[in-house]
Amino acid sequence: MTWTAAAPAISAAFLGSLVEAVEALTILLAVATVRGWRPAGLGALAGLLLLVLIVLLLGPLLDLVPLHLLQLAIGVLLLLFGMRWLRKAILRSAGVMPLHDEAMAFAAETAELREQARRHEVRLDWLAALASFKAVLLEGLEVVFIVIAVSAGRGLLVPASAGALAACLLVAGAGFVVHRPLARVPENALKFAVGVMLSAFGMFWTGEGFGVTWPGADLAIVAFAPLFLAVGLAAVVLARRGPSPEAVP
Amino acid sequence: MNMLVAVFRELTGLFIDDGSLALAILGVVLLAALVVSVMPSVPMAGGGVLLFGCLGVLVVNVLGASQR
Repeated sequence: MTWTAAAPAISAAFLGSLVEAVEALTILLAVATVRGWRPAGLGALAGLLLLVLIVLLLGPLLDLVPLHLLQLAIGVLLLLFGMRWLRKAILRSAGVMPLHDEAMAFAAETAELREQARRHEVRLDWLAALASFKAVLLEGLEVVFIVIAVSAGRGLLVPASAGALAACLLVAGAGFVVHRPLARVPENALKFAVGVMLSAFGMFWTGEGFGVTWPGADLAIVAFAPLFLAVGLAAVVLARRGPSPEAVP
Repeated sequence: MNMLVAVFRELTGLFIDDGSLALAILGVVLLAALVVSVMPSVPMAGGGVLLFGCLGVLVVNVLGASQR
């Protein structure tokens, strides 16, 4: 393992997981605020256990897939995933789409849980735990995908997982200390950066899957990233209109 | 059941947000695969199609969205 190969994978896993963990934390805090930490914690724990189970069951299956097929499949999925994030980040930076606001997301989730409380008083603990479970499972699946996608077939699973784990622990620690949604995390800038990195990885893997020999081998990823960044920033300028619309949850 | 549908929707949404972007990316990937298979002696040709095709698709899609 060389740092030129590992650093982009670890950074992409760390930053991508940071975004997902912040979003999951917002929902956990909303659940805890409305119904307490017990259902929030139990739901999150169940979500984590299911994630671990999915990884343990599906992880070994990846070794059975021929390498070129795996590279191609993961490459195309990464292109779809990364360019989707990049597109959204560009449109938000340009003021075409409203920015995501964790404080508003927290308020919306809290209001929804309170509404559910009004309608289903008896089952509220169950509903609260389910909301927490769903948040951890869905955001966690994105983290798992990012980690597997940036590390598959290159022996980088452990360092990329460490990057993702560090991000999750950082967000959990920050959430534990401030007990508020992490609204000041520059979510769009992070999404921009992760979109750039995942698109670069997707480009590399898809080409490798076709049998393209990129100049510089792994270093091509380091060259693709600034190219996506430059085009993304140029697209922001081209698409820019007036002041940013109101933020959305 | 609702939960399963929500999970499925969320999983699909991971990769497909704007359908036209997803279709255009898949189109570029197919074109690059075709170029690689037609010109195996110039493997970088397919790489070039893939790289510049995806960058072009991104810019066109963003500009289209900004004008809607």
